[in-house]
Amino acid sequence: MNTTVEKLGKIVEEIYDQLQEGEIPRINVTTRSKSNIKFNQEFNVWKYGQKCGTRSAKTLDGAYILLRTVSTIDFIKEMIETSKSSTLREMYYISEGWKRSEFHSQDESNRLIEDLEIMTRMLREEFKLRPEENGASVIGNVTVEEKVRTGGTRKINCRDDVGDAGYTIPYSVENDKINFKGVDADFIIAIETGGMFDRLAENRFDEKARAVLVHLKGQPARSTRRLLKRMNEELKLPVVVFTDGDPWSFRIYSSIAYGAIKTAHISEYLATPSAQFVGVTPSDIVNYDLPTDDLNDRDVDALKSELSDPRFNNEFWKGEIKLQLNINKKAEQQALAKYGLEYATSAYLPEKLAGLGILKR
Amino acid sequence: MSYIAEDLAKKQKEISVAEFFERNRHMLGFDSPTRSLFTCVKEGVDNSLDACEEASILPDITIALKKESSDEYTVEISDNGPGIVKAQIGSVFGKLLYGSRFHSIKQSRGQQGIGISACVLYAQLSTGRPTEIATKIGEGMPAYHCRVMINTQKNRPILTNEALLHWDKSSGTHTKMRIKGRYVREKRQSIYEYLKSTSVVNPHARIVLNESDGVTTIFERATHRLPLKTVEIKPHPHGIEVGTLIKMLKSTDSIKLISFLVNEFCRIGYRTAREICSSRAKLDENAKPNRLNNDEIRSLHESLKNTKVSAPPSECLSPITETLLKKGVKKEIDVDFIAVSSREPKVYSGHPFLVESSIAYLKKSNEGTRIMRFANKVPLLYQQGDCAITHAIESIDWRRYGLGQKGGKGVPEGPVVFLLHVASTSVPFTSESKEAIADIPGIVDEVKGSLRECARKLQTHIKKKEKYEKMKEKEEIIKEILPQIAEKCSRFLSRPMMNLDLIMAKIMDVVVIKNEISYSNNIYNVRIGITNYTKRGKDFTLYSLIPKESRVVEQKPKGSVSDGSVKLISWKIPRIKRNGSCAIEYKLSNLEKGDYEEAELYIKNIDAQLIDGASAYEEVL
Repeated sequence: MNTTVEKLGKIVEEIYDQLQEGEIPRINVTTRSKSNIKFNQEFNVWKYGQKCGTRSAKTLDGAYILLRTVSTIDFIKEMIETSKSSTLREMYYISEGWKRSEFHSQDESNRLIEDLEIMTRMLREEFKLRPEENGASVIGNVTVEEKVRTGGTRKINCRDDVGDAGYTIPYSVENDKINFKGVDADFIIAIETGGMFDRLAENRFDEKARAVLVHLKGQPARSTRRLLKRMNEELKLPVVVFTDGDPWSFRIYSSIAYGAIKTAHISEYLATPSAQFVGVTPSDIVNYDLPTDDLNDRDVDALKSELSDPRFNNEFWKGEIKLQLNINKKAEQQALAKYGLEYATSAYLPEKLAGLGILKR
Repeated sequence: MSYIAEDLAKKQKEISVAEFFERNRHMLGFDSPTRSLFTCVKEGVDNSLDACEEASILPDITIALKKESSDEYTVEISDNGPGIVKAQIGSVFGKLLYGSRFHSIKQSRGQQGIGISACVLYAQLSTGRPTEIATKIGEGMPAYHCRVMINTQKNRPILTNEALLHWDKSSGTHTKMRIKGRYVREKRQSIYEYLKSTSVVNPHARIVLNESDGVTTIFERATHRLPLKTVEIKPHPHGIEVGTLIKMLKSTDSIKLISFLVNEFCRIGYRTAREICSSRAKLDENAKPNRLNNDEIRSLHESLKNTKVSAPPSECLSPITETLLKKGVKKEIDVDFIAVSSREPKVYSGHPFLVESSIAYLKKSNEGTRIMRFANKVPLLYQQGDCAITHAIESIDWRRYGLGQKGGKGVPEGPVVFLLHVASTSVPFTSESKEAIADIPGIVDEVKGSLRECARKLQTHIKKKEKYEKMKEKEEIIKEILPQIAEKCSRFLSRPMMNLDLIMAKIMDVVVIKNEISYSNNIYNVRIGITNYTKRGKDFTLYSLIPKESRVVEQKPKGSVSDGSVKLISWKIPRIKRNGSCAIEYKLSNLEKGDYEEAELYIKNIDAQLIDGASAYEEVL
């Protein structure tokens, strides 16, 4: 039997045995919250601790989760047996046929898939489930060899063979899909917003600074984080992260460098521990006198929550977060345009990157 | 030489009622065109309801408003009341400050207004037109018609155009007046709201409103039960004012003080009378009442106040009653749940009063909080902020009862309707406009007590509902989800299906009692279903609380009916095994629709914790 089906079958068997013995069925799943992540010395990333939550048929919600779990496993088994795959969204829609045990939102179905990943220590790709394309992109002098849908492989230079929008990152970036065939760059800069990515591209920052530009498209998808990690490890390029100056952007950085709370079970596979944060920092807001907006209540709550997040428990972040709460201001990356369109690439980034030891002064 | 007083006296003229009216318009309810139209309708409707109540007639009242010009309206009000004898028409409609109820001690609406005669005067002063009256006092009699105007110098009626008419209905009164006024419908203080509110606390009345634009609104009656008839009572000894006492002493026919006390007061027998005059006031019980000197009167007054006597008889008050209050609210407001409370009569300053209230949770959740205030079944639409009722609501910490309230003070958050009714032989108002009840401590306490009673019922209901929801969820688990999980697991593993009985019992672990009630052909059909979801067999005794006035016409299986302070049917339920169930059915007659909507069930000889849908027998009281 297929090992995936075998591993998933173990979960079903556990529920069956409980029913057989006249016990209210329940399953234990690792708690996914900031209170249950621990630093892993071996991989230098944050991974889940020992805390477990119980889904028991004693409550209505728990009973529905159990039913959905069994239904989902059944569905995965069917896909594997018929050599099909589906997107997470398709999986969500397929559940409509399960009548009362259907998912009420895609969040719900995504969470269940994460549960199964954690319980089986497997990846959703092995369940024949894939995310929708999120289309993050790369511009820079790096050559990848991609296995394309027609069957063969194609070599693509991410500077010379692509348009101004760059090379689009596919949903799977494992070595059966992508391999690196050469690089001539000094570092990777991961950029939060499309506006800034385009600004750097237009100003030809990739050439001038010998950088690989990676557009994160907000909170980066798994494949984007995975690609960053592979480039970091295999091409030996340092990674810096360039985002807006607000608490949500700090989380983008932490998910790249330390591992995201939602995917802490595969942090060692997705996170790039050596990634550095270039800005915009709250100190930059003050030092560069950037145009700002006031923090709203949600921003303040997010900052306070970060103060108790173990991943931010170091001097740099504590100082920056407290400073931001103090000045009660946030700024976008594009606020740098205050000093002209060239400012980000000719002044701000060179200064900051020199500070990080990436560029020479 | 002349004295200043003489000069002043020369300037003093006899004030005509017209002048009196002009000077006191705001007090009389004619301060604006909108309010004036409202007052004319209110006075007419209050009169009609009072008349019908006295004559034990189910009221049918029609109000028609017709716009005659930009600022003039014709108001017509007709009822099916007992009619008015010809000799009294002049004094009822054509003389200010005349009222049959002025000196009687009993609850009535009329005490509250200024009388229909002020409306007649207003019509006359604002449009110059007489008021048309037609009235019929009984079967076989013709209807009498006339036009009424008021001689404002002498405060006397002038009747013209007298005629006899033929009427089909057996009795009733019809008034038609043309006044300066303005009609606004969308307003808290509108005729529409007034009639709607009136119909809530008078569910026995049918009220029809024909608006000028052709729209007809019918406030249908919800019951054929007449309100309790009120009886006049004598003053109660507690808190009677000295002035009134002096008047009573002067005008009594009793020769001895002791018989004066017994004859002129309620709740005083010879033993109490003796205690009042001899032991407390040190007065001779044989003294002549009209010969008491000031000191003696004062000491008698003290003694009357401080002697223990029972509360005044409540027949002088006409409560809406809990059942009818419920029906009244439900017919006009879309409620999710309603709690009502009708308190025992109490006394303030020798005046009996009683408080009734209801708290209704609305189905619409975006609605705010509304307070409906009533004095002697008449809606109070103005001066809400000055009223003792509002103050009482604001002073309760509603968070304890599950309502949102900022800081535990002020009007709580909705969607809730508070309804408060204060009935009294003399409602203490804050001012002559009679729109807000004064903060008399005894009354405020009763209002609060009544509200708390409702709040507790509401709380119990919410708890019951939560418990029921939980039980329903568990039923969903064991009936729908668990079998599906089991079936899917078995199929996935190709293993046999297992028995789930024990797990079901472990998840539920209660005996579920449900009841279904339906009403048809004047009979309530009740079905009680019992299912034992505990791990072991169970037997117990089940009680169903039924309305006092109901008659049990059928029971299956036969239980026993006990009729003590409460009426109960009881059944000994034989052992029901795990996952087993049984059913009980019974039928009740002598109830109106809406009288019995939820079976109240109690159990004995079993741990109440093991039961869903019934309470411990000890809670019956």
